[in-house]
Amino acid sequence: MTDLNELTLAQARDGLARGDFTSVELTAACIAAVEAARPLNAFITETPEKALAMAKASDERRASGTVGLMEGLPLGIKDLFCTEGVLTTAASHILDGFHPPYESSVTTRLWSEGAVMLGKLNMDEFAMGSSNETSYYGNVVNPWVPEGDNRRYVPGGSSGGSAAAVAARAVLAATGTDTGGSIRQPAAFAGIVGAKPTYGRCSRFGIVAFASSLDQAGPMTRDVRDAAIMLRAMAGFDPKDSTSVDMAVPDFETALDGDVRGLKIGVPAEYRVDGMPAEIERLWHQGEAWLKDAGAEIVPISLPHTKYALPTYYIVAPAEASSNLARYDGMRYGLRVPGKDLVETYEGTRAAGFGAEVQRRIMIGTYVLSAGYYDAYYLKAQKVRTLILRDFQQAFQGVDAILTPTAPSAAFAFGEKSGDPVAMYLNDVFTVPASLAGLPGMSVPAGLSATGMPMGLQVLAPAFDEMTMFRVGAALERAAGFDARPAKWWVS
Amino acid sequence: MSLDRDTVRRVAKLARISVNEDRLDDLGHDLNRILGFVEHLDEVDVSGVQPMTSVASQTLRWREDRVTDGGYPEKVTGNAPAADHDFFAVPRVVE
Repeated sequence: MTDLNELTLAQARDGLARGDFTSVELTAACIAAVEAARPLNAFITETPEKALAMAKASDERRASGTVGLMEGLPLGIKDLFCTEGVLTTAASHILDGFHPPYESSVTTRLWSEGAVMLGKLNMDEFAMGSSNETSYYGNVVNPWVPEGDNRRYVPGGSSGGSAAAVAARAVLAATGTDTGGSIRQPAAFAGIVGAKPTYGRCSRFGIVAFASSLDQAGPMTRDVRDAAIMLRAMAGFDPKDSTSVDMAVPDFETALDGDVRGLKIGVPAEYRVDGMPAEIERLWHQGEAWLKDAGAEIVPISLPHTKYALPTYYIVAPAEASSNLARYDGMRYGLRVPGKDLVETYEGTRAAGFGAEVQRRIMIGTYVLSAGYYDAYYLKAQKVRTLILRDFQQAFQGVDAILTPTAPSAAFAFGEKSGDPVAMYLNDVFTVPASLAGLPGMSVPAGLSATGMPMGLQVLAPAFDEMTMFRVGAALERAAGFDARPAKWWVS
Repeated sequence: MSLDRDTVRRVAKLARISVNEDRLDDLGHDLNRILGFVEHLDEVDVSGVQPMTSVASQTLRWREDRVTDGGYPEKVTGNAPAADHDFFAVPRVVE
């Protein structure tokens, strides 16, 4: 029999239902895999005792006939979600020792559906990064390594710990959050599925805020079905989040017949960017061919403002971050570095508590919002954002979904891009536009690069049409038949 | 537009982040690199375009103005670096 930690959510759900094993047995297998995977540094906090207690409670619920959507399934939680009584750091020094007195709404939903928490996953500090090199708790290592290469590779970011833990088969699935690509890009780099739903689907309550008009939670899983199962459990209206949408959550699993006959799939000309590796371009064409073979119609489309999405994002997101992160002043929680007066205490605390990338973004945000520059930067960016949304709205009048690569390259080695902030930002060139427009998007592992590293294809759908996103994602998954696994070099 | 040392110092002050003099040039370089990148937006004609305020084109909900939570100051101050009698304790701000 396969090791229990190797199962998908759906396989584990069905095995638990048949009584083949208990949640305690499944959870124990995952705890062992989490320990074995420590060289990846995917976790900031492991919670094995809590996991076993939750698993035992789940087995008891099942015995009494109560079975939630995620009953008994062990997950990792990105350390951006507040978890009551469990250290929550956003991978920042400034949240030292923070034990939230409350639980995020998304995790509350997961626990009430029976899920089990294995621990809190490493990430880029405050979700600012695309390579998981900005965490105060150190880099997360991608389980994937090109054969014969003795360097280590980044898992993408910001949900790098989530991606690595799922790919390493340490957790069955994990939560992620996506502000400009932080679910989809690491999913592509780690050969897993990552889905960002429409803005407003998942409550932001209790998720440490980065850029509030962009932040969305979503599932990171081993296959498309698991993403559908988990998103259903995470999504839903929450009065505690003013931008949460009061709309029924469909059973996304019913979209997974992979029948895309008659669907029109848009392929945007503007996503063919300069310097894109030929293998990414080939994978994209392969994706078109797969969907065409499955009965979809491929339609060339234009999203003319695509090249302005990243510059827009790097005004809007830092501006919102500079406001959101003003709360870290050393007074109510986390780190305090005492100075000779209040202002010096603020300044010293924030200088010591925030890492270099977070400081850069706060300062950019402060600058673009400062007197005299607001109109030139922030207001202008919000207007361009309207144009980017309009591009998508026009495109979706003629197509049902859009197909693009997820990232402009496969995973890169540590240090390759960390010297230049703008080179790092370019990783998110294909994911940021949909974030700015609030649209659902998912990455599906679709092939391997010449060096054997995973690459993903992205499916975008109209707002609140995750069903079509999953339908197309399932068709891609079926055609790609991606079953490659990283060699378990980290197990000694 | 390019940030000089004085501007970097002023922005750091506004952001309440202390920056050593010897870091001003490096930080200015990084910030200028980012600002140079975002200035591509100058090419876009946005005349007559409304700025986006929400992707979901929804209005904020009303709710009844009543207390829905609270009554546990010890939990609220439980994470404070310094707390006293259910209050956050902060450095002296008035002489």
